[in-house]
Amino acid sequence: MNIFKAILDAFANPIFYKLTLSAATPLLFASLGGLFSEKTGVTNIALEGIMLLGAFSGVMGSALFGSPWIGVILAMMVGVAAAALHAWASINFQADQIVSATAIILLAQGLTGFLLEPVFGKPGSTDIYDKIPEIKLEFLGKGSFLYEMIGSLSPFVYLALILVVVSTLIISTTKLGLRMRAVGENPEAADTLGVSVYGVRWFGVLMSGLLASLGGAYLSVGELGQFTENMTNGKGFIALAALILGNWTPKGALFACLLFGAADAMNEQLQSNPSLAISSSVKPLFNLIPFVITLIVVAGFVGKTRAPAASGTPYEKKG
Amino acid sequence: MNKKKWMRVAIPIISILIALLIASIIIIWIGKGSFAERFDFLVKAYTEMVKGAFGNKTAIMNTIIKMTPLILTGLAVGFGFRAGVFNIGAEGQMAMGALTATIFAVNAASLPSFVAIPLTMIVGMLAGAVWAGIAGFLKAKTGAHEVITTIMLNWIAYNITNWAVTDPFNAGGGIPKSPEIASSAKLPNLLTSQASFMSFGILIAIAAAVVIYIILYKTSMGYEVKAVGFNPYAAEYGGINVSKNIILTMAISGALAGLAGTLESIGLYYRFYGTLSSGKGFDGISIALIGQNNPFGIIAASLLIGGLRTGSNQMQFVGVPKHIVMIIQSIIIFLVAAERMVMTIMGWNRKKGAK
Repeated sequence: MNIFKAILDAFANPIFYKLTLSAATPLLFASLGGLFSEKTGVTNIALEGIMLLGAFSGVMGSALFGSPWIGVILAMMVGVAAAALHAWASINFQADQIVSATAIILLAQGLTGFLLEPVFGKPGSTDIYDKIPEIKLEFLGKGSFLYEMIGSLSPFVYLALILVVVSTLIISTTKLGLRMRAVGENPEAADTLGVSVYGVRWFGVLMSGLLASLGGAYLSVGELGQFTENMTNGKGFIALAALILGNWTPKGALFACLLFGAADAMNEQLQSNPSLAISSSVKPLFNLIPFVITLIVVAGFVGKTRAPAASGTPYEKKG
Repeated sequence: MNKKKWMRVAIPIISILIALLIASIIIIWIGKGSFAERFDFLVKAYTEMVKGAFGNKTAIMNTIIKMTPLILTGLAVGFGFRAGVFNIGAEGQMAMGALTATIFAVNAASLPSFVAIPLTMIVGMLAGAVWAGIAGFLKAKTGAHEVITTIMLNWIAYNITNWAVTDPFNAGGGIPKSPEIASSAKLPNLLTSQASFMSFGILIAIAAAVVIYIILYKTSMGYEVKAVGFNPYAAEYGGINVSKNIILTMAISGALAGLAGTLESIGLYYRFYGTLSSGKGFDGISIALIGQNNPFGIIAASLLIGGLRTGSNQMQFVGVPKHIVMIIQSIIIFLVAAERMVMTIMGWNRKKGAK
């Protein structure tokens, strides 16, 4: 069977592992973002939209200021601003969190599509601008398996991995983390003990904006150097599924994102494998695989893993 | 905080006004020259928009054509909301409904119109119902949140329909499209003007709104659906089968979206295009919220969004990207969701003083 051989070929190819890491990275940023928000009891399905804004602002910064790093900073600022809208509506005004987040996704799609022409002079997609250079590990020996695999990765990949550790430390060892968990599990009790429910929730939601926008910036200035309309392609939602599969822990999110990344990488490897000779008309059938996997994962694991008890429920301050 | 009855109408209207105001600021901002010139630009943009939507017979027909699927996707989302289910997958259900109905309609040449048309609609509705029913089933049986599952189903539907019209069901020619449907399955026209035509679809959509109104307010099924949406635990305690109601709600919601796709195929394009749904499913969310999930409110909201969409095509010619409509819609959704924000802005919120 050709297909099995093609799968084995992929596993033997260092590029498969590199693609897995690079596909997992934007998901991981967004997933960690979602984690911060949900731990404090606010669901944020706007990750998709915030990523899109991050991707756009990343390229905008790179184009206007000539530095992709400024693009990343701009992306973070815009991501936090978008998250602030969600926080304001859903925390202070007890808006339906799903609906408010949907509005932000639509706003992100509208705003990025709208601004393409005034800012970049053409609709659809931007030109290619400077991107953040990869970190070259030349000591691994150019051409070696290891070098092909991890010798030339974006700094975003390392940053995402570091953030897994940092998030774990914040959530499970610091006072802030304890308060986040308290507010996400039982806001009434936390409030009684003098914890500012609104303050902690604001922190969680703003963090989600910061992290998700980094994931978006990776897609544009980290990977392609370009923004195209709706380039996030559902990644924000897959990140939410990774959160469920990873049982709302940073480490779990890491493994879940690697799994989704591997599905993506395998798909790419199979499509480009000449021995399978996949015609372009069948490619949509391959492209739906990651979404089917996500669907199965969400249906199979939800309930077996446990969300923060107050996630999604608005809290109204008493008196 | 008491939400009075008149506020149900006032909140969406104020939200629309605030959204238009913000859009005006954006249009002034992208304009060029002095403030007076920018203001002229704004006036011109809105004039073009109104002309594009309602300026002449063809414009009005185009608005009604745009409105037709929007009423149905609005009803789909709104009906879901009533049962506490957020069907964000009308987009995919619409595409699957349209594709299945088109496949049926292409092969319906031997049937007379009065059989072919209703059968095609039933096929499209069933396909939408099944597609949405998957999400309903998963929610009822495993607790998988319908927002994530329906979004995934949207992407799966997008890829399946794309594959179908590029490969096995392709009519040839540049863009991916299906063969033309049999003429016996085409909806007759209600109005024609020059080269444009408008089918009976709008009447079917309005009839669907009436049916949903009757289901919601005059039947025990509607009562159960609303009870589940209002408080699932109380409903369960009261003897209502919550799982069954969630699946049923999703299926009805999907059937409405499937009908939206079917009417686009048999009443407008006479074939299936890969881009047939192109955001109309997502527009259903704004429409349901603006219409406060009331079937007749939804018809009014569809007129607004349909008008904005048609008008924005005209507005593009003076240099305002049509994405402005998405921005307007997002602000409306945001404000309607955070209705307390609107109530505070208007000073209707006396209790707020306590904080």
